Amino acid sequence: MEIVTSEFFQRALIGGVLIGITAPLMGLFLVLRRLSMIGDTLSHVAIAGVALGYIIGVYPIAAGLVFAIAASFAIEKLRKAYKTYAELSLAIIMSGGIALASLLFTMGRSFMDVNSYLFGSIYTLDSTDLYTIGGVTLVVLLVVGLQAKELFLLSFDEEAASVSGLPVRIYNVMISVLTALVISVAIKIVGALLVSALLTIPAACSLIIARSFKQSIMAVVIIGELAVIGGLMIAGVWNLAPGGTVVLLLIAILLVLLLFRRSLRLGG
Amino acid sequence: MLLSKGNNESAQSCHREVVGVDGVSFSYQHKSVMSDVSFCVKERDFIGLIGTNGAGKTTLLRMIVGLLKPTEGQIRLFGVPVEKFKDWDRIGYVPQKNSLNPQFPATVREVVMSGLYGRKRLFRPITKGDQMKAADALEAMGIIDLAEKRIGQLSGGQQQRVFLARALINNPSLLILDEPTVGIDAETQQSFFHMIKHMHQHHNMTFLMVSHDMDMIRAYLGQEPASKSGKLNFYIRHSHDTQDCVEHNLAHSLRGLREQLESGREVVGIGDRN
Repeated sequence: MEIVTSEFFQRALIGGVLIGITAPLMGLFLVLRRLSMIGDTLSHVAIAGVALGYIIGVYPIAAGLVFAIAASFAIEKLRKAYKTYAELSLAIIMSGGIALASLLFTMGRSFMDVNSYLFGSIYTLDSTDLYTIGGVTLVVLLVVGLQAKELFLLSFDEEAASVSGLPVRIYNVMISVLTALVISVAIKIVGALLVSALLTIPAACSLIIARSFKQSIMAVVIIGELAVIGGLMIAGVWNLAPGGTVVLLLIAILLVLLLFRRSLRLGG
Repeated sequence: MLLSKGNNESAQSCHREVVGVDGVSFSYQHKSVMSDVSFCVKERDFIGLIGTNGAGKTTLLRMIVGLLKPTEGQIRLFGVPVEKFKDWDRIGYVPQKNSLNPQFPATVREVVMSGLYGRKRLFRPITKGDQMKAADALEAMGIIDLAEKRIGQLSGGQQQRVFLARALINNPSLLILDEPTVGIDAETQQSFFHMIKHMHQHHNMTFLMVSHDMDMIRAYLGQEPASKSGKLNFYIRHSHDTQDCVEHNLAHSLRGLREQLESGREVVGIGDRN
């Protein structure tokens, strides 16, 4: 149990709690707009950025962020080229990201721990990382807090949003950039392969229990936190991989909710 | 309404213009969907737009609300070119409802409230007044009891009322409806048209509606189209054909109508064209 009181574990817990707010929140907006796979795609491109950052000596999270933002714009461009097969753009960009990452990993293999990017290395969070994660959390909370109703309209009915004069393109760019931000900082916590789970599974759970948009926002954050805190504790005590434990716990929560869904929807 | 094909009707020839369409053409992937359509909708007109599949009805509505850009020509809303138009809360738009995802976590009240979240209210929190407007719109459509239900739990007819309530929450001057009764049973369609007709006759609203329902269109807007353009037929009832009594509280006047309908008292039928 003494691991729980150690400094590296507490830093991990703080980082986890913060990402447990932001990733599910951004994920909810992506899932509601049927863009679940974007998180996966961006995270695979972001690891290429993180690897490049290591090689050229730039803060890896920042390099990952630049790559993720570039990828989100590339996805938009490709979606226009393949209008009716828009998901093709995700497949192309994702494989491009993995290909690039594999090249960079090979170049830097003497001094990089590839596993830590793929599966996370939450116990190595330093104070710069925590400040970065804290900054990202603040931005996401501000945007969601001030723009919740506009984000609702955009997610529910993009055309109605456009007709009511909402600058839909600006909002789309904003959501892409925020998602890229969240993914870049989340990579260190759960790893690029598992980031998508933290974005989408809380949203999947909220679709089972929430009756209103307000409830679904609360549900994703509560479920995200339950999984992150619970998962880190379990991983710490039994010496398991933290990222994997968090994600498996999320899936366990989802399964329980699916089993009991008939009696669970809040307020009928 | 003035309609012409191939001649340039200007804004001056259409007094109290609500929608002005001048020489509008639209092509999609090099295929012409419509060419050189011109017409004008005046204040308190009721326009029914009929056409075969692919005639460009929905395309025309989408151009009018700024979702599509015409390949040629100009569209004006309340005299302002649509690309510069800012007063979107003067327009209520009820799109075809096929895009609704039944699993979306939103209550009826949240959906109706979202009609208020346009450009004008960016960054503005929800006020008591907004809540009242939502309650009024819900009441007007007779769905106040469903306010806390998840939108996906409602029947097609009830959902259509929700979208109409969302369009009405800003008390718009122009209501644009795209096939509002598709997938709704005949009885519900009937009461829906009663409401629309009532709003046209007793409130200061202009209507532009695409519909497949020839019976309703003919009954209220006349047997023959007032004008044609390509494959589009325009049926019309002018403002001067309707009574000049404008009630101010929509919720109140529609409740009266519903009570009449429910008590089985005789309500003037849809086909009451003078």
